[in-house]
Amino acid sequence: MDIPVDRRYSKDHEWALVDADGSVRVGISEFAAHELGDVIYVDVPAVGARVTLGAQMGEIESVKAVSDLMSPVTGEVIEVNAEVKSKPELVNEDSYSAGWLIRVKPDNVNELDQLMDAAAYQTATE
Amino acid sequence: MSDLPFASPYVPNTDEDRAEMLAAIGVPSIDDLFLDIPAEFRAPPLDIPAPLSEMELRQEMERLASRNFHAGTHPSFLGAGVYNHYCPAVVPPLVTRGEFLTSYTPYQPEVSQGTLQANFEFQTLTAQLFDMEVSNAGMYDGASALAEAGLMACRVTKRARIAILDTVNPHYAEAVRAYAGPQDIEVYTITADATELQPETSAVLAQYPNFYGYVEDVQRLSDMAHAAGGLFCISADPIAISLLKPPGAFDADIATGEGQALGVPMSFGGPYVGIFTCRKQYIRQLPGRIVGQTVDTHGRIGYVLTLQPREQHIRREHATSNICTSTALIGLWATVYTALMGKRGLRHVADLCYQKSHYAAGRITEIPGYDIALTGTFFQEFVVTCPKPPAEVNLRLEEHGIIGGLDVSDQIDNGLLLCVTEVNSREQIDELVAALECIH
Amino acid sequence: MTNFNASLTAEAHNKRRTLMERSRPGRTGAALPASDVPPQLMPEPSLLRDDLLLPEITEGEVVRYFTNLSQLNFSVDTNFYPLGSCTMKYNPRINEAIAALPGFAMAHPQQPERQVQGTLEALYILQEDLRAITGMAATSLAPLAGAHGELAGILTIRAALDARPGATKGQRRTMLIPDTAHGTNPASAAMAGFNVVTVPSLPSGDLDLDAVRAAANDELAGIMLTQPTTLGLFDRSAIEMCQIIHDAGGLVYADGANMNALLGRVKLGEVGFDIIHMNLHKTFSTPHGGGGPGAGPLCVIEELAPFLPGPVVEKRPESTYHSVMPAQSIGRMGGYQGNFGVLIRALTYITLLGDEGMLEISGNAVLNANYLLAKLKPVFDLPYDRSVMHEVVFSAKRRKGASALDVSKRLLDHGFHAPTMYFPLVVAEALMIAPTETESKETMDAFIETLFAIDAEAEADEDFLHGAPYNTSVSRMDEARAARQPHLRWEPAE
Repeated sequence: MDIPVDRRYSKDHEWALVDADGSVRVGISEFAAHELGDVIYVDVPAVGARVTLGAQMGEIESVKAVSDLMSPVTGEVIEVNAEVKSKPELVNEDSYSAGWLIRVKPDNVNELDQLMDAAAYQTATE
Repeated sequence: MSDLPFASPYVPNTDEDRAEMLAAIGVPSIDDLFLDIPAEFRAPPLDIPAPLSEMELRQEMERLASRNFHAGTHPSFLGAGVYNHYCPAVVPPLVTRGEFLTSYTPYQPEVSQGTLQANFEFQTLTAQLFDMEVSNAGMYDGASALAEAGLMACRVTKRARIAILDTVNPHYAEAVRAYAGPQDIEVYTITADATELQPETSAVLAQYPNFYGYVEDVQRLSDMAHAAGGLFCISADPIAISLLKPPGAFDADIATGEGQALGVPMSFGGPYVGIFTCRKQYIRQLPGRIVGQTVDTHGRIGYVLTLQPREQHIRREHATSNICTSTALIGLWATVYTALMGKRGLRHVADLCYQKSHYAAGRITEIPGYDIALTGTFFQEFVVTCPKPPAEVNLRLEEHGIIGGLDVSDQIDNGLLLCVTEVNSREQIDELVAALECIH
Repeated sequence: MTNFNASLTAEAHNKRRTLMERSRPGRTGAALPASDVPPQLMPEPSLLRDDLLLPEITEGEVVRYFTNLSQLNFSVDTNFYPLGSCTMKYNPRINEAIAALPGFAMAHPQQPERQVQGTLEALYILQEDLRAITGMAATSLAPLAGAHGELAGILTIRAALDARPGATKGQRRTMLIPDTAHGTNPASAAMAGFNVVTVPSLPSGDLDLDAVRAAANDELAGIMLTQPTTLGLFDRSAIEMCQIIHDAGGLVYADGANMNALLGRVKLGEVGFDIIHMNLHKTFSTPHGGGGPGAGPLCVIEELAPFLPGPVVEKRPESTYHSVMPAQSIGRMGGYQGNFGVLIRALTYITLLGDEGMLEISGNAVLNANYLLAKLKPVFDLPYDRSVMHEVVFSAKRRKGASALDVSKRLLDHGFHAPTMYFPLVVAEALMIAPTETESKETMDAFIETLFAIDAEAEADEDFLHGAPYNTSVSRMDEARAARQPHLRWEPAE
């Protein structure tokens, strides 16, 4: 299972990637997507909402399960992936790129240091 | 020697089978499989009678059934939410086929396509009949369906106050309260001519035709609910809406109903099937099972339970409802009835109910001492004010071999709610009139 | 979505066309009489419906369609259903005959009581039978399904606690629920306005009493325990657990879904439970109907009786029967007095089998489950190696390529319905098997042999089971597509 080294991972299986403009893109790992099964619906906060590291920010549904989405960063939501609303399968097909969920303007981008790096996440999911 | 001396027709195990199995398990007797139960509580005396043969059992049950005075042998003019409509002879044998009757909830779709496609048909026909976008596969009954509609409206609007018309079936209103109370949802009553709602009202709940049989200004109620930012939830009679405008025409957000009217036996109150329809945009908040069409790995069309994350087996305490086993077989009954009746038959049944009830009302008003209590348009039921208390009228009618109407004198002085359906012949109606003429 | 795979025969395609696709203007399936009364003034046109979109089909076509559909189903009448937690026993046909007696089927729920004494007497007898079986003081037959009974039961607890002398209304709103509980338990508790606290089970399969003790405070309303548990085990800590809950001022709810194992063996009312619901469509042989109807009656101790949902049936000294609402009832949960048609089937069953029949049921059901346990141990992991009640939970995690899902789907090819899969949640790759007492040893042996064969198939080819079932009318369904593109009713072709 792929675990890109360019980003950090939370214990709840979300990934956080710092974009060129300093915003943080958030999604769920391939491991999580695989565990969930075929994703059928994603419920994320709207643009303008506040999210907090470690707190629930939404839900993700598959045919057989529903999972809480926990935010891996604290800040304000500045963009939501509209494509994932109409094509939730993107979360399974391309968890790390087209399947991104929200983009957040972080209060403090150093917060991401608290998350795991790829190697640590690899160990955690073995 | 067996420790189970009794042998019923339902249990195949012989003493020999039991001995072989005990040997495979490695315990000497069946009693040894119950040792986790503390000795002082184990195998207490059971105070129910000894077994009967099927013949004796049948005699006993027939004795009980024959003590009833019922619509199978006497003309009945009792409605009030449960209706005596004629059910075609082909429905029971078809619906009670073992493959339908004894199959399980269709969690394994590959071996449940019969049940699933039948559910899909129920969803199709009820959505079309109610003229609403989406229907689920059924709820317990009309009362709990309306109650769940109220809860759903609160989830959708995120408000905690429900307005209910005082002309909704009292039992239904009680069920709404029983469901709403524990979730701290306030339920308040309004009259049909109300012009405003309390703030933060999530929904207006109405019945159509109302409990007394009459059609209210449903569009006005719908508009009032929407103007206040709430939803309009209406409980409608399936036969009535074959003739009258359906809930969809009034911008209803949720429309529920009692499927018993679709040829299902009255059976002293159940089992029935609750119809639950709504706007497509609210699909994720729908309670109950929903069946969807899809394809298998070979591209063949088939059906599955879908949107299951709404339900208790996945979302547990956050489910849209706790409902699990519903009333699939009764939904099938209603579906087969509706398929047979079809476009013209259902309308024909509705016409007969309308015609006969209006004939009855016309003849009854001519009897001195009897008046039609309410004004407006009614469908198959109407309230008559009687010269004597309705309870007494019903007793006297019983002496004439007739099941009378519902005593509604707690709401309307000396009021008797009478119902006439397609099964009541003109002769029966004339006999009712003749009997009433004697009661004054 | 109206094109079938071209490899299907024309007739196979034809058989699955929906009602609306079969409809032709002018056909009819009903012969109704003309009106025999003088024509009445119709309502004004603005009140009338413009069009009614419903099928026009003959009776023969309806029969062929639904008969063919029925043959796409498995059913107890045709197949073995080893579904744990469901008790898929044989449904006796005398039940059907009695429920259809006109005296019962044609009674209206709001007739004056004097006109329906037969019905009320039948309900009273059933109330008494269920009391006797559970060792409780009072019964309500009102709930329309197991989950409905759970909701009503928790509301009864809530009302009783709030009514205790010195109680603060709304204080006790925490409900303990084991991690092995059926999803309806927490869902019902939430619907009743409770906070759910999950209690873990120990490796022995019994409930962790330390966790229960830790949660026993003055906000505790009680606990919901399935007994035997969903692991198929008689929870040996149940009696002590009842004591702990009572000492903390709470009440104990028994989810009676698994009563099949206990009939005549123990009365839960005697060991400390305060309220129990039963599933008549499980233990008492009323048919499942493809998903209902069922009935979920409640039996309670004396203290809780006034709060039960109503109406209930009372017998008066002059031997007449009356429907009454209990003095402080939580109210009506449905339109009328319960699913009479289901209740009368259960009464028929209990009356026929009697006291000896109850013991026959539990004895054979438990024997059969333990037999399957002994014979299937070589093929599956057994998470709790102890004697079971009427069902056994295995884990399918041992064999690669043979997950619980794979094994279940392959069983369908062999004419067996799958066991319950992935429940309870505490067991990985769970397969819950309950044979019931109405299966023969030959059927069970064939089932055992089949599971061994499936295991061998997976051993030979790790991927083979992923494609199962191969022999059913449809193969695995695209559930993701069904959820992502909901198609929930027939649509006319564009």
